[in-house]
Amino acid sequence: MTFAVEPTFWTAFLQQTIDGLAFGALIALIALGYTMVYGIVELINFAHGDVFMLGGFLALTVLVLCGLEGLGVDQNRIKLDDLGLWAKAGLIALCLLLAMPFCGAINFGIDYMVYRPLRTAPRLAPLVSAIGVSFILMNVGLFWGGAQDVNFPKLVSDDNLLPADTGLRLTAKNAMVFGVTVPLMIALTLFVRFTKLGKAMRATAQNPTAARLMGINTDAVIGITFAIGGALAGAGAVVFALDVGTISYTMGFQNGLYAFTAAVLGGIGRIPGAVLGGLIIGLVRYYGSAYVGESWTGALIFGILIVILVFRPTGLLGSPTREKV
Amino acid sequence: MPFRITVPLVFVVAFASVGVGGLFLSDGVRSKGKPDVIKIVSSLPRSGSARGQTDSIVQGIKLALHEVNHQITLTDGVTYKLEYLDLDDATAAAGNWTIEQEIANANQAKADPDVMAYIGTYNSGAAKVSMPILNKAGVLMISPANTATSLTKPGWGGRHEPQCYRPTGRINYTRVVPADDVQGAVAAQWAFELQAKQVYILDDNELYGKGIADLFHMTCEERFGIKVLGQESIDSKQQEFKPLLQKIKDLKPDMIYFGGTTQTKAGQVFKDMIAVGLRCPMMGPDGCYETAMIESAGKAAFETAPFYATFGGLPISELQTGRGPQFVKNFTDYFGKPPTEAYAAYGYECGLVALDAIRRAGRKDRDAVREAGLATRDFVGTIGTWSFDANGDTDSKTMSVNVVKDGEFKFVKKLELKK
Repeated sequence: MTFAVEPTFWTAFLQQTIDGLAFGALIALIALGYTMVYGIVELINFAHGDVFMLGGFLALTVLVLCGLEGLGVDQNRIKLDDLGLWAKAGLIALCLLLAMPFCGAINFGIDYMVYRPLRTAPRLAPLVSAIGVSFILMNVGLFWGGAQDVNFPKLVSDDNLLPADTGLRLTAKNAMVFGVTVPLMIALTLFVRFTKLGKAMRATAQNPTAARLMGINTDAVIGITFAIGGALAGAGAVVFALDVGTISYTMGFQNGLYAFTAAVLGGIGRIPGAVLGGLIIGLVRYYGSAYVGESWTGALIFGILIVILVFRPTGLLGSPTREKV
Repeated sequence: MPFRITVPLVFVVAFASVGVGGLFLSDGVRSKGKPDVIKIVSSLPRSGSARGQTDSIVQGIKLALHEVNHQITLTDGVTYKLEYLDLDDATAAAGNWTIEQEIANANQAKADPDVMAYIGTYNSGAAKVSMPILNKAGVLMISPANTATSLTKPGWGGRHEPQCYRPTGRINYTRVVPADDVQGAVAAQWAFELQAKQVYILDDNELYGKGIADLFHMTCEERFGIKVLGQESIDSKQQEFKPLLQKIKDLKPDMIYFGGTTQTKAGQVFKDMIAVGLRCPMMGPDGCYETAMIESAGKAAFETAPFYATFGGLPISELQTGRGPQFVKNFTDYFGKPPTEAYAAYGYECGLVALDAIRRAGRKDRDAVREAGLATRDFVGTIGTWSFDANGDTDSKTMSVNVVKDGEFKFVKKLELKK
């Protein structure tokens, strides 16, 4: 509320919008994993946030193996200042290339070992198993990185890419966030809409029995959906770690909760809905902190979720005719 | 045949009766204690992240006992042997102090009549648990590290604090470090010395962090005329605070004060401050005065903007008055290397206060020791001469301010609150 009378009100507002959209894009990337899995097997994969967290630790481990400082290793390390732009870009690409298949494989493995045997079980059984898997992964993270917040090497700078006289900041970090998330979302949409596998996914989501009768190997399709969702979480983890600069074994819980909320907000099971929900949550988080109060942001986000669910139970983009829940 | 059976039977009966009698006997011995032994126990988190600090405290206590050769002759004519028990109030699984463990330690000390002094606790929350138990037993408590004001000072905490920690109405709890009311005020004084005209205050909405931030707020405005642009609580479960820091940046503060600890995201707040392009100093209380703070924010961040932490005492290098220099020398002689953590001096101080109280009590009696301990006046310790006040708090107002440089905390200045 402090800016209400200041001339810089709109600059400040725009600034929070830019940062909020960047944060929202990140949440959207995680939300896609929730929504895809729900769309196809009608299961809330509570372990998704923790798969995201493990992706962050894998990225850090990769960087430490490449010679950077972290995870308690600080002898004879490469200094960040000595790395050129291309070296840093290469490291980021390496992190992405390794974290995405890693998280995809974990998510696929969870489905294969835990959810697939329960496919015909009552709805509650896989749901409770998902919570159990979440706890297991969280403890793996605790073992991997320790109980404290872990610093992540600052490979992307906070330098402003806009001219200084605009009074706005679009940092290299913001650009990196958009540069990774937006193409991934576009690629996913194209994949689901225009490829044969995408068509099989949509068919399985609509009616698994009919899809199987049409000759679709639904178990394989579901497994691939889990893998894609996990890979997106892996990419999200690398982007998150670079943007925020800190990872911890609890980060999967908080971000998973936001992403889950985003998926429900946009209409769970709907890919554009997850993106819209993520962006809304990012903006609410940033506007809320700037204009209402930092301690109220959690209440605001979940309050909006309740309001939307009361007036539009299927979410913003969910079609009211399809009875899913 | 019957003979053969009877002999072992006799033995069995004999052993059993001796065993039972022994049980009764040993029980009798336990309730009376050993007449020529005085025990000092400490209850500190010996496992988990505070291990480094508590190792130093225990070394300090051991040194104090070593200096008197583990024996003390009192005016009642008896030479008592001094025994020390190093109790852990943390568990490896929790990595932190636990209520159950602290209760167990307090009960153990209470049940053992040889225990005359209880050095602890490290965490203020743990003190709240053991204070009432030991108060009923009349055991003198000396804390090397508790800073929460509500433990001793009326009017700072809830309506029934601190009376609820003193069910007998008598005081048995003392501490050798200044409480948070001093720390908050000293921090404001440092902000003033850095010529900060306007500050923004953040806190973690917890007992310790918010309490100290409120005190900083009050002192800034009332005593030093520093403008407080705002005070806000953060939710330490959030992963990042960029929108908040962005908002603060537009208010152009000369300094940000964070009332909280490393565990409640001090490192992340500092990192986000740099990320939004704000380059003012940040300051935190002693909960941020640890290596974990530097690790969580990353060494590089501290080259961009200074981070100050106040501490309720002096680092080892600055122990120049009173028994300070002698302490550092004796410590080095005894352990082979100088103390690393500043808390060593406070463990030592606690040991000295306990011995001094026992000596002045003149006999092995808990109540006499308790009274003598609370009557400690003009005590020459490692950080100068101080006394306990009516609440059992030290009247020392000496604190230090430290800054992160080259990846570690470096001493900047000794600050004394004007009384």
